[in-house]
Amino acid sequence: MAQLNSKIPSGPLADKWRKHKTEIKLVNPANKRKYKIIVVGAGLAGASASATLAELGYQVETFVFHDSPRRAHSIAAQGGVNAAKNYQNDGDSVHRLFYDTIKGGDYRARESNVHRLAEVSVNIIDQCVAQGVPFAREYGGLLANRSFGGAQVSRTFYARGQTGQQLLLGAYSALSKMVGQGAVKLHVNAEMLDLVIVDGQAKGIIVRDLVSGAITRHAADAVILGTGGYGNVFNLSTYARGSNVTAAWRAYKRGACFANPCYTQIHPTCIPVSGEYQSKLTLMSESLRNDGRIWVPKKAEDCKKNPSDIAEADRDYFLERLYPSFGNLAPRDVSSRAAKRMCDENRGVGPTGLGVYLDFAEAIQRYGKQAAGRANLSNPSAEKIIELGEAAVKERYGNLFDIYHEITNESAYKQPMRIYPAVHYTMGGLWVDYNLMSNVPGLFVLGEANFSDHGANRLGASALMQGLADGYFVVPYTIGDYLAGIKPGSCPSADAPEFKAAEQYIRDFTNRLLSAKGTEPVNYYHKKLGKIMWDYCGMARTKEGLEKALVEIPKLRAEFWANVNVPGSGDTLNQALERAGRLADFIELGELMCRDALTREESCGGHFREEYQYPDGECKRDDEKFAHVAAWEFQGEGKTPLRNVEPLNYEFTKMSVRSYK
Amino acid sequence: MVAHQVSEKNISVTIRVWRQAGPGAPGKFVDYPAKDLNPNMSFLEMLDVINDGLERQGQDPIAFAHDCREGICGTCSLVINGKPHGPNKAIASCQTYMRSFADGETIIVEPYRATPFPVVKDLITDRSAFDKIQQAGGFISVRTGSPCDANATPIPKEDADLAMDAAQCIGCGACVAACKNASAMLFVSAKVSQLGLLPQGQPERDSRVLNMVAKMDELGFGNCTNQYECSAACPKTISHDFIARMNRDYLKASFRQAFRAKSDAVAGGA
Repeated sequence: MAQLNSKIPSGPLADKWRKHKTEIKLVNPANKRKYKIIVVGAGLAGASASATLAELGYQVETFVFHDSPRRAHSIAAQGGVNAAKNYQNDGDSVHRLFYDTIKGGDYRARESNVHRLAEVSVNIIDQCVAQGVPFAREYGGLLANRSFGGAQVSRTFYARGQTGQQLLLGAYSALSKMVGQGAVKLHVNAEMLDLVIVDGQAKGIIVRDLVSGAITRHAADAVILGTGGYGNVFNLSTYARGSNVTAAWRAYKRGACFANPCYTQIHPTCIPVSGEYQSKLTLMSESLRNDGRIWVPKKAEDCKKNPSDIAEADRDYFLERLYPSFGNLAPRDVSSRAAKRMCDENRGVGPTGLGVYLDFAEAIQRYGKQAAGRANLSNPSAEKIIELGEAAVKERYGNLFDIYHEITNESAYKQPMRIYPAVHYTMGGLWVDYNLMSNVPGLFVLGEANFSDHGANRLGASALMQGLADGYFVVPYTIGDYLAGIKPGSCPSADAPEFKAAEQYIRDFTNRLLSAKGTEPVNYYHKKLGKIMWDYCGMARTKEGLEKALVEIPKLRAEFWANVNVPGSGDTLNQALERAGRLADFIELGELMCRDALTREESCGGHFREEYQYPDGECKRDDEKFAHVAAWEFQGEGKTPLRNVEPLNYEFTKMSVRSYK
Repeated sequence: MVAHQVSEKNISVTIRVWRQAGPGAPGKFVDYPAKDLNPNMSFLEMLDVINDGLERQGQDPIAFAHDCREGICGTCSLVINGKPHGPNKAIASCQTYMRSFADGETIIVEPYRATPFPVVKDLITDRSAFDKIQQAGGFISVRTGSPCDANATPIPKEDADLAMDAAQCIGCGACVAACKNASAMLFVSAKVSQLGLLPQGQPERDSRVLNMVAKMDELGFGNCTNQYECSAACPKTISHDFIARMNRDYLKASFRQAFRAKSDAVAGGA
């Protein structure tokens, strides 16, 4: 049974991190260059960690499966990054950000980790501005902010609708500088396929070069995974097509515990599915809910009507009605479920009936009138107000409206957007302690790949914050505590028997995939898996459904291995082989997710079990039985994994019913 | 106002694709029929469907680069009917929809054609040269943890907005593919301008432009002859004005470097 020691420092919450930093061991500057660290992934977490560790003097080798470290899916984050700067003088503080995040996670995150996240959030903004990230600014030259869900202050910093891109390019520039200096050895088109354990510690990885097909062994003193989330288990999601769970899953199969895999985030504002061929769902940033109003017709018979023909009195602005104090900025899980309930009541809109309106007409009027006032126009015409209002909305959200238009061929200036919830983020991930180290010593896990900070639901603009906090400001300190306990220069050789055995295992695995010459392509099985997961482990879960999924997924797995067709060979660029390997892992993960969802007999955050709800449809937690982290431990192929438990002790916050009413 | 202005009638097209097994191998065009396509399908989804069919028959699927499929990661890089990223302005290949094509059309799909971007396989090219240019100077040297408060230096909104215009570059390389000289000037000037417009970027402004341009030349990218095919092909509509800005910076930096007073100080000391 795995030892889950969270290593939370003692003392008052607000002092824990400061105290911990002064107490953990340091590595002498002259010794740092004697330690080698492998970083897998170059999204926000991986790139920021690689750059910072190299600045400190460690030997860093960074591996990315993309053709460049600038491509990771952090780049697609639109809305913003939270920080408790209180630049708006609206009463924000580290404590408020901490509290909002803990409450937003439905009291299923560690208090100590979340407080640290809130503390370092302010350093992130300083760091990014210094790197040249062009955040939005006010006319006076100071930084601008906007609001995101689950908060009653404006603490979100943004760079138009491309905040993730700008933050990632900032981290990429820091990484590029260190690569240029020779301080980071960068491997692109390099996919991690296994973790190598020597004497119970993570000491290296096995990598396949996606262009040449070469499989190689790499040894180090410690391994860091910043490999992102696993939402593509649902096939259709807002993730990039290449996003995968393989690195994290192979680490799980080498002994790292996988925590809370069932906690998935379904984002309320995505463009609805339009057809069977679909490969990808596109997000419309939560920031749109600052100005857009979400509604459905009050009467089911109005759903097929043109929205402009539905009178104001016949519209149900359901988030404003149900959650008056947060309105359209209710958190994602709450908003998504509310949208689903409306569609379940047959009040959904669009060709499939699976959609709700996100309407900017009121915002266009409001901004138009303001602009007319500023321009001293007396008696502006209705057309003039709309023109000015559309210009103001365009300045704020223009690129999102453009994306919407490209996909749907509709103008959201002229008619409301149609949106529907879609899989967007996974709060679960590899279990880590306060130092971000997994239960396998020497294996550190950062960003979305770990489970630590968002509990059962992540608030908007908190993913960027966490990725950068882990990479810039946490792991560079905490990894020293581990390395200081290892003799410099004791890194094993990549020719050690453990490495050779792991390499052989991967060669055999690859050959097994390539020898599958059945009748169906990989995508066929990915679609099937996605449908099972969405139907039974999606927005609403039941005991019956999850039990059904636990029968269907193993059947699908057997069918996949027996009947998939992976053409070509392993010694060249082979995208079918890449997809097949990743899907094999997704199928196994899907089973674990359903098992986790079945065992967690309560509703919390993104995990909604229909059996456990209040009469108004809100989540009913069971703090007595489930105020804990479930960390699953692999027990061998075909064996039921072991469910370890880390209790969540709320010393400083009162666990209460989460209300946004 | 109707929900769908476009015709929902399905279309059929022929895809004429460049197939090339590897960097040194000879390549050729191969035709694939794509029938009964929903016009709301993306171009890449159409390729997915063709590839599913090929895989079903045990044939090598068409290799193409793609990832986010929402126009921001810069991975997709198709030349469709002779145009990098296809017929529509200001979008990436992944945001091209089949409604942009006529029923019965033959659509030619090629990889980028530029010496610094060699073909890896089929429609995939090696664009690592862009990373090398970034590594030569596309950054502000700021150690983690050392900066002052983010609001300590106010930056005029106009400057921040212009820097953001330049910063939107997704590093896809369409500018190079569109240029008859395979010039990377738009890409390099976007980064040089973003950082050069901001106060934080001033200390390294000269060395940045000199080093990035030198690396660009060394890697075999051509020069700019002011045809502006680059900005026309750019999915983020980055303006060629940034090239002029970079040239100005380059000239100033070259003079300053030539005539700069140099200190005799050496490193070390007490």
